[in-house]
Amino acid sequence: MNKAPEEQYRERQRRVTDAIELNIPDRVPVMSLLGFFPAKYAGITCKEAMYDDEKMMKAWVETVSELQPDTHENPFFYLSFGSVLGTLDFKQLKWPGQGVDIGHGYQFVEGEYMKSEDYDAFLFDPTDFMIRSYWPRIFEALKPFEKLPHLREIISYYMGLGHFAAFGLPEVTKAIEALLKAAKAARKMVSGGIAYEQKMKELGFPIQFGSTTQAPFDTLGDFFRGTRGAMLDLYRNPDKVLQAIEKFYPIMLRLGGSAKKRENKGVFIPIHKGLDSFMSEGHFKTFFWPSLRRLITDLIAEGLNPIVLWEGDCTSRLEIIADIPKGKAVYWLERTDIFKAKEILRDIVCIRGNVPLSIMCTGTSDDVRAYCKKLIDYVGKGGGFIMDCSTVLDDAKPENVKAMFEFTKEFGRYD
Amino acid sequence: MSRDLIDAIVNMREKEAAAIASNLSRSGEDPLAMLEYCKHAMEIVGKRFEEGTYFLPELIMAGEVLKQVSEIVKLRLRGEVQTERLGKVIIGTVKGDIHDIGKDIVVFMLDVHGFEVMDLGIDVPPQKFVDAVNDFQAPVMGLSGFLTLAFDSMKATVDAVNEAGLRNQVKIMIGGGQIDDEIRKYTGADAYGLSAMDAVNLSKKWTGAQ
Repeated sequence: MNKAPEEQYRERQRRVTDAIELNIPDRVPVMSLLGFFPAKYAGITCKEAMYDDEKMMKAWVETVSELQPDTHENPFFYLSFGSVLGTLDFKQLKWPGQGVDIGHGYQFVEGEYMKSEDYDAFLFDPTDFMIRSYWPRIFEALKPFEKLPHLREIISYYMGLGHFAAFGLPEVTKAIEALLKAAKAARKMVSGGIAYEQKMKELGFPIQFGSTTQAPFDTLGDFFRGTRGAMLDLYRNPDKVLQAIEKFYPIMLRLGGSAKKRENKGVFIPIHKGLDSFMSEGHFKTFFWPSLRRLITDLIAEGLNPIVLWEGDCTSRLEIIADIPKGKAVYWLERTDIFKAKEILRDIVCIRGNVPLSIMCTGTSDDVRAYCKKLIDYVGKGGGFIMDCSTVLDDAKPENVKAMFEFTKEFGRYD
Repeated sequence: MSRDLIDAIVNMREKEAAAIASNLSRSGEDPLAMLEYCKHAMEIVGKRFEEGTYFLPELIMAGEVLKQVSEIVKLRLRGEVQTERLGKVIIGTVKGDIHDIGKDIVVFMLDVHGFEVMDLGIDVPPQKFVDAVNDFQAPVMGLSGFLTLAFDSMKATVDAVNEAGLRNQVKIMIGGGQIDDEIRKYTGADAYGLSAMDAVNLSKKWTGAQ
């Protein structure tokens, strides 16, 4: 009995919405962040996945059609950006063919891309700081932007017109040429992304995230100050950290809020530095949780569903993070004790996860089924559960991925 | 004064620690005694980390304070200081993986707990670990990795140590992101750790240090 794709699309959306709203769906929804898994699955290199849209599309469509997940994610926006990165000589990633083997995915390069002495410039005018200091540090091709004057001083006819001269510096002109080239690549990426989403819709698969944002502390720590810098700041510059979080807050809310215009109301929020092993409960309650809680609550008030990926372990923080509106969000848990989480969060938030990647990569299909059974029996009981592995699939064994999807569809039925 | 220095380091009072160290130094305190205070302070920091009251910010901060105090002490040290070392440990992030935060914390904690650490850096091929076992003669080796690709690199590294006939000379511990007992079995390592203190405790156990 083959249902029409439109019907399957609606069914899948309904299933996921039921789980998020803590109702009992027809069965446990199952989905993953595929990462580079489809490249390996379909036999193309990770480098091809990042540069060759056609090969990538084919590999991704093949994988999604085979796995039949309840939602998919759009690879154009998280890995099909090789040309954009290359044109700008991006420094925060090493990627296949650029510092990483063509058979592996990209890796983040930690760094202090904003120095501690830059806080005041950032706080005064984040955009100015980003264009003239931060971009030149993370995009080598835009390094000449360091020579740009304060653009906010270009005000009117006798105020600041001379500043335009800087755009005529040969090196700045070259940087602008690189920017235009990157713009072309970015347009291709965006139109590819739109076409991909349409194709997936025709095949009956809703997208899982309408937007992506971050906890303000994570944006500061991941991209600007680096882990080391951000951690030192908690002692050396605690007030600046709090002020920077306030600056980032509306930026993060707007990024997440862009899902309002989309068909899927999921907002992806990966968590990096607020975990058990990273900072104390005191620091968590001061620097991490208040702005994240506000972000989650404000996004929910806008009619959206935050999907928070708690990477690592947050078992000791479960009571604290339980303080959000009921039945509107998903907590995707990586190494957190998911059974304890179910006890504490069962009436508050849908839980997603967490077949360990260690089992997905090195175990047998029977190991996977046994773990899934435990999850369905306990965490799936009464609804409010989405099956997934612990984080991005990347290097998981294909037979184990299939086992997770197939077993959940058979054994995860509620009727 | 020594108690004050230890307190300042342990409680992350950076400027105060540096000021006390300068005063002690000026008043003729034995530099070796000052290094002992630092060591004692770091033991307390390590203990709090192990107990779960201190976390990354405190470890990184303590490292910074320690660096400053050591600079002050060094000015008055004559010649090389022979500090007693508990044993040697080789550490590196395995091939294909460029993550270093976890590894650096482990190196730091091993160092302040008295181990002589050879840090091979990131993206380290198996042969380099084998060469290090030969050259450095360390009884303990730690493999770090954040990504899933590290599983196979760790396995290849343990295999290479085996093939080189060195496996009975060195105990191997693994740690990072996704590492658990499944991966320990898969790689053939002797143990896995979830935190930097696990690495310290395993190294103590394997070197017979107290």
